Amino acid sequence: MGRITLEGVAKRFGDVEVIPPLNLDIEDGEFVVFVGPSGCGKSTLLRLIAGLEDVSDGRILIDGKDATDESPAKRGLAMVFQSYALYPHMSVRKNIAFPMKMAKVPLDEQNRRIDAAAKALNLTDYLERRPGQLSGGQRQRVAIGRAIVREPSAFLFDEPLSNLDAALRVGMRLEISELHNRLETTMIYVTHDQVEAMTMADKIVVLHAGRIEQVGSPLELYLRPKNAFVAGFIGSPKMNLFSGETAAEYGAATIGVRPEHIGVSTEGGKWKGRVGVSEHLGSDTFLYVEDTGLAETITVRSDGEVRLRHGDTVWLTPNEDKIHKFDQGGDRID
Amino acid sequence: MARAISRNSKIGWTVAAWLVALIIFFPILYTIITSLKTEQEAIAGFDLIPSFSFSSYETVQNQNNYFRPFMNSVVIAVGSTLLALIVAIPAAWAMAFSPTKRTKDILMWMLSTKMMPAVAVLVPIYLIFLRTGLMDTRTGLVIILMLMNLPIVIWMLYTYFREIPGEILEAARMDGATLRDEILYILTPMAVPGIASTMLLNIILAWNEAFWTIQLTTTNAAPLSAFIASFSSPQGLFWAKLSAASTMAIAPILILGWFSQKQLVRGLTFGAVK
Repeated sequence: MGRITLEGVAKRFGDVEVIPPLNLDIEDGEFVVFVGPSGCGKSTLLRLIAGLEDVSDGRILIDGKDATDESPAKRGLAMVFQSYALYPHMSVRKNIAFPMKMAKVPLDEQNRRIDAAAKALNLTDYLERRPGQLSGGQRQRVAIGRAIVREPSAFLFDEPLSNLDAALRVGMRLEISELHNRLETTMIYVTHDQVEAMTMADKIVVLHAGRIEQVGSPLELYLRPKNAFVAGFIGSPKMNLFSGETAAEYGAATIGVRPEHIGVSTEGGKWKGRVGVSEHLGSDTFLYVEDTGLAETITVRSDGEVRLRHGDTVWLTPNEDKIHKFDQGGDRID
Repeated sequence: MARAISRNSKIGWTVAAWLVALIIFFPILYTIITSLKTEQEAIAGFDLIPSFSFSSYETVQNQNNYFRPFMNSVVIAVGSTLLALIVAIPAAWAMAFSPTKRTKDILMWMLSTKMMPAVAVLVPIYLIFLRTGLMDTRTGLVIILMLMNLPIVIWMLYTYFREIPGEILEAARMDGATLRDEILYILTPMAVPGIASTMLLNIILAWNEAFWTIQLTTTNAAPLSAFIASFSSPQGLFWAKLSAASTMAIAPILILGWFSQKQLVRGLTFGAVK
């Protein structure tokens, strides 16, 4: 079981309020991603749940029990750190065994769990090596192995993939998702990468300056962002946001159109502009259109066959049904 | 890019470096040379070639048994070092991993105690030793040398501990390690190189300490520093014997230093060179 509830949890460092009081429910077995720009308090929130930081206010309930003042070890949670935080002087086997040694698990049971974890994570051949002799991806797997053998009620991941190169990151992303499907244990995952958030999460928590901006499934956030911040943060490439006269036409202070919801034509359309940079990915083409008078650049996602070059004049037409409207305070208007 | 150095200037600098090293080492060298002379040769004047007479060593050993002060030195140096480590490891841990606003001040304050000349507290410490029966005991010297070197030990360990990523200790905490487990299984093994060089340096400092060891001992607990001193006053004119005693006193630590120099250099430049 791994149901985690935050009730009015707040964190202050001296006079600085890093996290204003917030409430959050994490259901058993859910994969929850905390996402937000750097400095938004997502890692601090995770550390509060882990017990590595003390809360300034509020309560943390784990499976209905108040764990606010429990030590990290007693909370039954396992954490995977960004730097992996392996014990450099111990072999992989001893690293994985360490939490079980602390919990005084019988030796044969320890070995059984180590072998099972090593098999699942492709580490069997590396058990006698030191962390220094492993690659980044292997170290990450050892860190996960160390977490698995504890059989925790929830896993906490603090930006676990940010030290890996791009190709490895995609691979590990899949492995962690598979692990979640297999174990069906609650996982809380912190990242600043919204692609990781969209691809892995059951539920995304978007944080900004310590506040929760929106909680929802990846599609909910994509289709109905609650405010301009979430609209701009979720989705890649970013949503185009316009204010001023264009927005006033739609009765809003700000409007947003995703790059994939703008049509391009060389003959005619709603907004006229000039192609600045065009990026051909094969499957798609990203056009950065300038001189529209609406915003510095408008990003458009077009199909891969489009052959437009720097300096070409184009006409853009937004899909009217897919325009998001926000009021003066940035909140969504329906 | 490596800076280009001409062959000639390389030779010039090498010679200069050796010369400087020789000047620094010369007093020790001359002590060793003098110890191998007879008393007549020793007072005859400056001469670098001894007659390789070992008579001074024999006399020194026969007059004052070398073994007893040697054992005292070993017990005092090693004992005060171990005791200092037992106190300093938790202290440095606390300051490195859970610092407060005052941590820097505490560190400075501890170091400031080393800025005062030892003689300034001689009278109170002498009296304390007299009243508590610590005078001329190994226990007394272990305690006083531990206290004298503690600030340096804590400073060195603090520097090493700061190099250990806090996340590793947090990981241990998540894994269920108690404070004791954390220090015993994670921090100490990771800091072994640092602890080893701190230990070595402290043993050397304690071995060579010649103020408290001379002031607070007479015969029973007198270590090698007092052993040398005992030759300098009543028999001050017997240069060869004095040199022999000095050589015997510094030899063990010289040998220890020689074998551990790699470790020492690494330890003293820790943090600066990786």
